[in-house]
Amino acid sequence: MNLDLTTTGDLARALLPELTLTAAGLLVLLVTAWRHTSARDLRIAGWVTLAGLAAGGAAVWWLWWHTARSAAPPSMIAVDDFRFVTDALFLTAAGLTVLVSFDYLEREGLLVPEYYVLLLFATLGMMLMAGGEDLMVVFLGLELMSVSVYVLAGINRKSGAAAEAALKYFLLGAFASGFLLYGIALVYGATATTNLTQIAAQARSLSLAQSPMLLIGLGLLLVGFGFKVAAVPFHMWAPDVYDGAPTPVTGYMATAVKAAAFAALVRVLLEGFGDVAAWRPIVWWLAVATMVVGNLIALAQRRVKRMLAYSSIAHAGYLLVAVAAGMGPGSAALLVYLFAYTLVTLAAFALLAAKGRDDEREVRIDDLAGLGHRRPWLALALAVCMLSLLGFPGTAGFIGKWYILVAATLMHQTVLAAILVLTSVVSAGYYLPVIMAMYMKPEPFDQAHAGVHIGRAAGVVVAACVVGLLVLGIRPNGLLDLARTSAIVVPAPTPAATATGR
Amino acid sequence: MYSQAVLTALLAWPVVAAAIVLLVPERWAKHVALAASLVEFAISVPLWWTFRPAAGMQFVLDLPWIPAWGIRYTVAVDGISLFMVLLTTFLVPLSVLGSYAYITTRERGFYALMLALTSGMIGVFVSLDLFLFYVMWEVMLIPMYFIIGVWGGERRLYAAIKFFIYTFFGSLLMLVAILALVSLVGHQTGVYSFSYAYLTAHLGGLGPTAFWLFGAFFLAFAIKVPMFPFHTWLPDAHVEAPTAGSVILAGVLLKMGTYGFLRFALPLFPAVALHPAIQTGIVALSLIGIVYGGLVAMVQPDFKKLIAYSSVAHLGFVMLGIWALTLQSVQGALLVMINHGISTGALFFLAGMLYERRHSRLIDAFGGIAKVVPLLAAALTIVSLSSIGLPATNGFVGEFLVLLGAFRTYPRAAIVAAAGVIVAAMYLLPALQRVIYNPLDKPENEKLRDLSPREIAILAPLLACIVWIGVYPAPILRRMEPAAKNLVQSVRLDAATFTATR
Repeated sequence: MNLDLTTTGDLARALLPELTLTAAGLLVLLVTAWRHTSARDLRIAGWVTLAGLAAGGAAVWWLWWHTARSAAPPSMIAVDDFRFVTDALFLTAAGLTVLVSFDYLEREGLLVPEYYVLLLFATLGMMLMAGGEDLMVVFLGLELMSVSVYVLAGINRKSGAAAEAALKYFLLGAFASGFLLYGIALVYGATATTNLTQIAAQARSLSLAQSPMLLIGLGLLLVGFGFKVAAVPFHMWAPDVYDGAPTPVTGYMATAVKAAAFAALVRVLLEGFGDVAAWRPIVWWLAVATMVVGNLIALAQRRVKRMLAYSSIAHAGYLLVAVAAGMGPGSAALLVYLFAYTLVTLAAFALLAAKGRDDEREVRIDDLAGLGHRRPWLALALAVCMLSLLGFPGTAGFIGKWYILVAATLMHQTVLAAILVLTSVVSAGYYLPVIMAMYMKPEPFDQAHAGVHIGRAAGVVVAACVVGLLVLGIRPNGLLDLARTSAIVVPAPTPAATATGR
Repeated sequence: MYSQAVLTALLAWPVVAAAIVLLVPERWAKHVALAASLVEFAISVPLWWTFRPAAGMQFVLDLPWIPAWGIRYTVAVDGISLFMVLLTTFLVPLSVLGSYAYITTRERGFYALMLALTSGMIGVFVSLDLFLFYVMWEVMLIPMYFIIGVWGGERRLYAAIKFFIYTFFGSLLMLVAILALVSLVGHQTGVYSFSYAYLTAHLGGLGPTAFWLFGAFFLAFAIKVPMFPFHTWLPDAHVEAPTAGSVILAGVLLKMGTYGFLRFALPLFPAVALHPAIQTGIVALSLIGIVYGGLVAMVQPDFKKLIAYSSVAHLGFVMLGIWALTLQSVQGALLVMINHGISTGALFFLAGMLYERRHSRLIDAFGGIAKVVPLLAAALTIVSLSSIGLPATNGFVGEFLVLLGAFRTYPRAAIVAAAGVIVAAMYLLPALQRVIYNPLDKPENEKLRDLSPREIAILAPLLACIVWIGVYPAPILRRMEPAAKNLVQSVRLDAATFTATR
């Protein structure tokens, strides 16, 4: 299906998922305007949200099924498989988050149906951001997502930590947006366009690869994205925010928000700056710093939620390796890894929410002692999650890591691959203690796990994620093919486009 | 039919059986596990007769797994791996039987893990696809980690994580090396394949990179063997593991390292492996292992620790045999691998039986017990003598062949290693004397039970093998000879061609 994006009808078709989600968001807003008092109202809003997400998913599937493509490339929004697959990822993550939130919100007494509205708008922002073919669209999407998530982080008004998290996230996020916007302005100054394809064309025809203005603009873009993906040294906000936000929101932030930022980053770098080699060494160093620092600090954590927060920084480092590998294999590896990582992280945070009552922030790793004996299925699920995060064979996490390593070695980034696996060894030092505590240490006192409760919907989510992790670990063929055909492949007009950083 | 399905059946049956064990009532678990492991043994026994020594790789099953990446499910055995498979299926039922009295908590979990471990071990020995091999190599870590960590001694947590992280560290570097190897060969030939046969046939121009790749493989296998100075995880793991864990660890897991050298490190990187400096260096490390292992074993007060260090010495013999790379030395190395599995396995069983009687592993806790438990004392004497390498026991044949073969290429090393045999006598005989001969001066030793029928059933097959291999090793040597000869010749030939073309 070839869409001519200059006509309104085709543009509407190309934007069908986004339009559907906007409509759903407005609908939930209307519903909650009348019904916002009881737990039942909350559930209704949740189900409407799920229906909206499903409709959005159907729209994405419809476009994907008809292999929709844009007829004239320079447009505001990309119409390619990479966008459809990332959209599906955001929608899945949002749907799973809604299911996990059902019990969590009721348990914590958070009778705020706006929660779901914000979730929908954040997802909409992600879809625009990852699909934006123009820096302005990327920025608009990013802001829509960020503003929604700032509020979500602080949605628990009774919690001081949540307020702190929201404020911190807002201040630093605004700062990052400033960097991003200034970078866009400088890029515009150098190339007279904000469209990614045209930036690439301008950079080539005017040989701007060394232009200071373009390079500074690119650098500022990287800083902005670095903040969003929580890459070291721009990660300072992440542990506190992840720690303080309500646990399902943390899971959402660690997966969907991060995935969106990475998808946009890859698209901007590969489509807009494929010829500008300067970003490759920068990303290389960002990846190394993020992997090393994230893993080492996670090693020192005693509380599960904070450990997971630092571990998600470490995983951003692995994803940066995929970005550094660039082009076809790199972006395909990114998709596979994001998919595996989303499943495992959502399940892990859902399990953490089940263990903690009132304040799961305080759950220490040793508090899980004896869980394997008391709650064998929960413990098994958490153990599978830890092994998948570790990248152990037989789980989807391994397939993701393997693909990133394949991409890195194919692009002659063997040193980066070696650093990746060495830091993975370090990560065994904080994932294994969780398994160790659950299975190898006795319950500290009788009834230590009496308060562990997982709701039915959250249980289904965890079970689905864990089964998905195991199945994909053994039979990843479908996911791999999907990722390969959806990778961003920019037709290389000059051989220089494939030159590697180091 | 049998020839195609047997290896896959050996891989799949333990997993199925593990699931059954988890479902049956707790008190039946051990009986079901014993029956299942006997079935496994029964499946493997016909291999002995249907194996045709001259036919190379046989019982092949080769199916596509992840075609997009050139990954296949390829399993086969030759004269090298056949004995490792048989050793595994032979030791597992005995280990299960040996755990009847020792394991009293969470029996279902224990026996299910034992069976899962069997699958992983067989998988390592039969995989002829580097991806499959890597997956099996890692997967078998988890059951062993749990067996040590849950059912081990006092310092089990420390030992378990040490075991895990050491192995994980080595194997992840090997993973990068595998990927780099595949991508290098792929760049040259245009075919990206993890197939062992394909890779060994297209090793042409690896050039200096081969050195680094070999280094990564070397590290992974040397840690597993374990070679001096990578051995420090072994005493901890051996001492803390339950009896069955120690038996499997010594009997099979250590052989994975030496098997890895024979199967992968040598044939994939012949030029590096036969580089004089590297070959001499590794032979020197093997000698240090033999002498150092023996000397340290001499001063151990703990019987299990003594056996653990004696393993370091025995595996030093294996490494010497492999790296001397003559037909006799390689055959000898293979035979020592089998013998070490039988003799050291039996020693660990006996140590476990002593522990079950006195709840002490200290050599000094015993003394003069030959009068009280004559059968146990007799068994311990025979096994110790075979471990020392007394003629007419299995230990003699293997070590003699290694020395004979090594003398042709490394005469001085062979002389030092021969001294190692004397060291073996110096640590095992005094220990034997202190345990069973000396005066019976401790009242608590006066009422020990002699071997029960169950314990006789465990030891009898092992003793039979000790005598059989000691007296008539020809059937084994005949089966392994073509494979060993082929290995030695092809590695020497390849090394010569690659060195000449460089």
